[in-house]
Amino acid sequence: MWVVSSRMLSIRNLKTYFRTPKGLARAVDGVSLDIGPGEVVGVVGESGCGKSVMALSILGLLPRPPAYFAGGEILFNDQDLLKFKPDEMRRLRGNQISMIFQEPMSALNPVFTVGNQLQEVFQVHRNLGRAEALQNAIDMLAKVGVPAPERRVREYPYQLSGGMRQRVMIAMALACRPALLLADEPTTALDVSIQAQIIELMTALKEELDTAILLITHDLGVVAEITRRVAVMYTGKIMEEAPTLDLFDAPLHPYTRGLLTSIPRADASFETESLTEIKGVVPSVAALPPGYHFEPRCPEAIDICRAQAPALEEARPGHRVACWRAAHA
Amino acid sequence: MGRYLLKRLWHTVYVVVGISIISFFFIHLSGDPVMLMLPGDASMAEVETLRQQLGFNDPLYVQYWHFASRAVTGDLGVSLYHRVPAIRLIMERLPASLELAGAAMLIALVVAIPLGVISAVKRGSLWDMSSMLGALFGLSMPHFWLGIMLILLFSVTLGWLPTSGRGTLAQLVMPSLALGLSLMAMFARLTRSVMLEVLSLDYVRTARAKGLREKIVIGKHALRNALIPLVTVAGMQFGFLIGGTVIIETVFAWPGVGRLVVQAIFSRDYPLVQATVLVLAVIFVVVNLLVDLIYLYLDPQISYLEQK
Ligand SMILES: Nc1ncnc2c1ncn2[C@@H]1O[C@H](COP(=O)(O)OP(=O)(O)OP(=O)(O)O)[C@@H](O)[C@H]1O
Ligand SMILES: [Mg+2]
Repeated sequence: MWVVSSRMLSIRNLKTYFRTPKGLARAVDGVSLDIGPGEVVGVVGESGCGKSVMALSILGLLPRPPAYFAGGEILFNDQDLLKFKPDEMRRLRGNQISMIFQEPMSALNPVFTVGNQLQEVFQVHRNLGRAEALQNAIDMLAKVGVPAPERRVREYPYQLSGGMRQRVMIAMALACRPALLLADEPTTALDVSIQAQIIELMTALKEELDTAILLITHDLGVVAEITRRVAVMYTGKIMEEAPTLDLFDAPLHPYTRGLLTSIPRADASFETESLTEIKGVVPSVAALPPGYHFEPRCPEAIDICRAQAPALEEARPGHRVACWRAAHA
Repeated sequence: MGRYLLKRLWHTVYVVVGISIISFFFIHLSGDPVMLMLPGDASMAEVETLRQQLGFNDPLYVQYWHFASRAVTGDLGVSLYHRVPAIRLIMERLPASLELAGAAMLIALVVAIPLGVISAVKRGSLWDMSSMLGALFGLSMPHFWLGIMLILLFSVTLGWLPTSGRGTLAQLVMPSLALGLSLMAMFARLTRSVMLEVLSLDYVRTARAKGLREKIVIGKHALRNALIPLVTVAGMQFGFLIGGTVIIETVFAWPGVGRLVVQAIFSRDYPLVQATVLVLAVIFVVVNLLVDLIYLYLDPQISYLEQK
């Protein structure tokens, strides 16, 4: 039987650990997440919960050592990326799966022109010559709304504003019309006024190129605006995953409720406001004791939470939650 | 960019004037050359006459003024020992010294950069550990000792290379190796540590995220940035290299400025010493100016910041 997979990317029970001097850091500890073609999925969670490590795992961009994969698989069009050879992985990067980063300031190389860095993508994946690649770079810059692209290609990153740099990063990432874009907090480092423009640009290009997006963000407003599904992470695990509307309307996990109520306005970020609703601090993933890591902070913890961590279970159709009370309510 | 260079050029003038003043006074503190210039049984009157003739009785600042005003016209005085203009002696020997220092620098960089890059990329490997151990040895070996060991091995035992002199490539090998080895070791360690730092930066991750080949990620994106601090240090080290030629030229009978100045010091030929110090200072400063030029090319941000 021929099964057409609706999941383009399927992360299954992924475990990405770091060997650190302080002990084993279980940065991503058994995460499962699917992304269909053209779908926009959000990932939220406090700092250090493993969002970036998850995204970097997909592209194999983590420094190994100290990182290593302790288990799971990352299926992309039904092929396990964890089993790819370095060169197979390389051909995928920037071509079928791209990534943009939080810091547009440091993500571009300071000593090469924008054009030089942009044309490389066409040279390596499309085998274009210099001149042709540069022309493509100019076209791509125009597409992401960089004014006077013919002039900009000759400029260096420091001559560009943060917003312009992030546009260049987006141009670079989408140059080869990838099937999947991993956007790791693409707007966090930008001015608020610019943030909206960048999100708008990404949504517009997503429509045009039909690229699926894994959007990592602290900004619940953006999540509400553009994602269809969202996953909430805590200490390397997914606590709750649901259609976005569902999650905002009826969050099941106490942690999710804490995140949502800690922000009075939907456009605020829970990173800037303190998580007043959730007492305590995020434990470091380095050398975590066994057990359920949210239990000490949970206002609704019951006996079983102390004994054993809850598994992620489907509480309603399409709505998964890892909470003893919510799953069996 | 023009303004930047002009500013650097202006700095250069300061430095040269400063060095000339300092060296002038130090040399005149070191003793009376007149006593050495005359036979031991010369009378006080004869000594006094010569002092008067040579201007040694004038206040020091007057003497310096005389020296400096002649120096700007290219007249650095006459060697007391050789009885010819000091500048002529120096210019005759200078190409040999520059050749030696240049070759040493070239060997050091050509070997050290690939060594350091591979060590950084393969951090913790057997290659890394053995080359860094080698570098440690290289750093701790004194020039003259290394020179003598090279002669013992390659000339005396194996008979492959000539022990001394200048003219053929074979004669250049040992002196430049002896002079450049510690520098090579230093550059290798520096390249490794700078590369390790650069390789962990965001833009290197971006380069990988684009799907570039590792060869380009390292050889282009990382190395080009690592070269910036390397060039700075290489420029500074060139001065020390010139200093090192003094010893190496003596060990290998290399006919350069280093040997000239050693002889001049022993014979209290103070105009020649003074002239050599000044010429070497100018070379040092010119090299630093060249480094600034390379810098402009390597780091586009410098010329940009200067414009603002
Ligand atoms: N190179 C590394 N070496 C050791 N541990 C690491 C490394 N990178 C990440 N970690 C560990 O993984 C954990 C998760 O990091 P990650 O960057 O994924 O967090 P995040 O959710 O993206 O946080 P933020 O919102 O601040 O970006 C960190 O707490 C850290 O302990
Ligand atoms: Mg992150």
